[in-house]
Amino acid sequence: MTRADAKVLLEVKGLHANVAGVEILKGIDLVVRAGEVHAIMGPNGSGKSTFAKALAGHPAYEVTAGTATFEGRNIFDMAAEERARAGLFLGFQYPLEIPGVSNAAFLRLAYNTVQGARGKDELDPLEFDDYVREKMKLLEMDASFLDRSVNDGFSGGEKKRNEILQMALLEPRLAILDETDSGLDIDALRVVSGGVNRLLTRDNAVVLVTHYQRLLNYIVPDYVHVMEGGRIIKTGGRELAVELEARGYDWLKGKVAA
Amino acid sequence: MSTVVGATHPYIASLLNGCESGHDQLSWLGERRAAALERANALAVPTTRDEEWRFTDITPLTRVPFQPAVAVPHPGADDVAKFIIPEAGVRLTFVDGMFAPELSANAGLPYGVVVTSLAAGLATHGSVIERHLARHARFEQDVFAALNTARLRDGALVWVAKNQQCPTPVQLLFLSTQKAVAAYPRCLVVAEAGAELTLVEEYASLVDNAYFTDAVTEVAIGDGAQVRHVRLQREARDAFHIATCAVALAKDANYASHAITLGARISRHDLSVRQGGEGAEARLDGLTLIGGRQLADTHTLLDHGRPNGRSRQLHKCIVGGAAHAVFSGKIAVAPGAQLTDSAQESRNLLLSNKAHVDTKPQLEIFADDVKCAHGATVGQLEAEHLFYLQSRGLSEQRARNLLTYAFGAEVIDGIPVPSLVEQLEETVLAETQSAE
Repeated sequence: MTRADAKVLLEVKGLHANVAGVEILKGIDLVVRAGEVHAIMGPNGSGKSTFAKALAGHPAYEVTAGTATFEGRNIFDMAAEERARAGLFLGFQYPLEIPGVSNAAFLRLAYNTVQGARGKDELDPLEFDDYVREKMKLLEMDASFLDRSVNDGFSGGEKKRNEILQMALLEPRLAILDETDSGLDIDALRVVSGGVNRLLTRDNAVVLVTHYQRLLNYIVPDYVHVMEGGRIIKTGGRELAVELEARGYDWLKGKVAA
Repeated sequence: MSTVVGATHPYIASLLNGCESGHDQLSWLGERRAAALERANALAVPTTRDEEWRFTDITPLTRVPFQPAVAVPHPGADDVAKFIIPEAGVRLTFVDGMFAPELSANAGLPYGVVVTSLAAGLATHGSVIERHLARHARFEQDVFAALNTARLRDGALVWVAKNQQCPTPVQLLFLSTQKAVAAYPRCLVVAEAGAELTLVEEYASLVDNAYFTDAVTEVAIGDGAQVRHVRLQREARDAFHIATCAVALAKDANYASHAITLGARISRHDLSVRQGGEGAEARLDGLTLIGGRQLADTHTLLDHGRPNGRSRQLHKCIVGGAAHAVFSGKIAVAPGAQLTDSAQESRNLLLSNKAHVDTKPQLEIFADDVKCAHGATVGQLEAEHLFYLQSRGLSEQRARNLLTYAFGAEVIDGIPVPSLVEQLEETVLAETQSAE
């Protein structure tokens, strides 16, 4: 759903970033408004995951040029946790396992930290338990996931559900979901994308980073951007994703977005 | 015939000052103490030139002229309350090495379970004590075990009769209250064939000062018997703690150790597990969490003497500040101890640039059909994990603390006493948050 008068959430201009001294992002421009769904597609190595992590504040990604403002604030002046508290969320392609910390304790700590930073009420363990169980229904997750260690021994699909559960709890203004569809079978994909769809409102936005068009059958994007060589080389509507599915990425190579 | 023998090593001599070997009414006990006194006199304080002590310099210990503990008013029940484990139906408390009956509790043990002071036990269970006391913890080459044995007056006796189960954990609590004294705690634990026991052995302090604990524990586990042994060392930060624990396993015996090291300026824990019967099984879990200028040394020996033995060992160290942790784990497989299945893992987390760990696996295998795996890692918290937590709103420090806590939780969660798990989780969390 796009509205020309909608509030700009994220504005990226001329973003360049290095990883271990190698330039991966070579000038990215992107504007995301409230209520929009964007898809960033592209072949492996095109820089789409790097873009996602640079926005979220991963320490290994060094921004060398350009700006990014999130609701008017320069996010490169903010630590990763400040970005999260401000409402920027990254769904990880490979969520990390933390044996020894229960999922319930982790989720509550994250929830209360973000709530506290936003001046909202924190929940005690009993209150939180009710709250999180309600959110878990959205993702058809069994309550036993609360007692297990964070992502420890979770299947690929379970980890991704747990990521979207965190999104549901932290209520971000902008969620960047990095390859959330990878490793999901068709049922899990339906559940996870159903969860994301129900979290979408006219006040928030989602950027889907994905290699395949498949996810976009479930979460319908307003814009599709194609990345190649560290730049967005083409932007279109949903039909662009369909065309990519049919023709692959090769026909776009060498083209530069107007 | 009370004698004071002039020791060759002046520091040992000072510790032996006043040690008499003549008052025993039981000749076997007198003989063992006399033999220990002789060895204590003959042995020197180990230095870093000794292979078994090369990482651990105990010179600071020898600079303090520790005196034997004297009888002082005992702490009140309120002071001791925080150390009490609610699950434990029976508790023996020792103050500066001496039995404190008024701080002990016995909620009614079933027939076939005895938890009492060694002195009292001699009257009723003399033959059990004679069979095991000073028979497992070898003092011939170990000056601190020899000192303890020479100084042996009292201690704890836990005995579980054949095929009996001790229904609740037994807590042995050793508290220090005096400055500059040396205490010599002693425990004898015997589980006869088919018996089951959970034991919590704890060393703690009511005061923050320098004292010396020289402890010896012996655990004998009969055929098919099972002992779960939690050892908690949280001495004062300025204290010295040197302890030997010797475990003897008979056929199909099962032993699980959960050894937690938190306290003391310098500490040393020697744990030896000797498998004297076929099919015995041992699990050794250890966690050392130290900071500041602490030094904590754990030496373990798993001696597979018979076929079909199985052992699993996980030792973890979390080292902050300018602290120094040592782990030396020896696995020995005797000739003929075929089909031994042994795995050892040493994992270490350094929290600062000045933190230091020495980890040394040693395998001595003299049988050819065995499985012996070992591995060691030393690392810092991983940036990817920190970023994951920060991306969920946690500050970097909070993320570090949570991951540090998680690293220790793997060992703590295995402790078979829920209240202790909870207490230790809080301790570790508080310890890791002190920098926050």
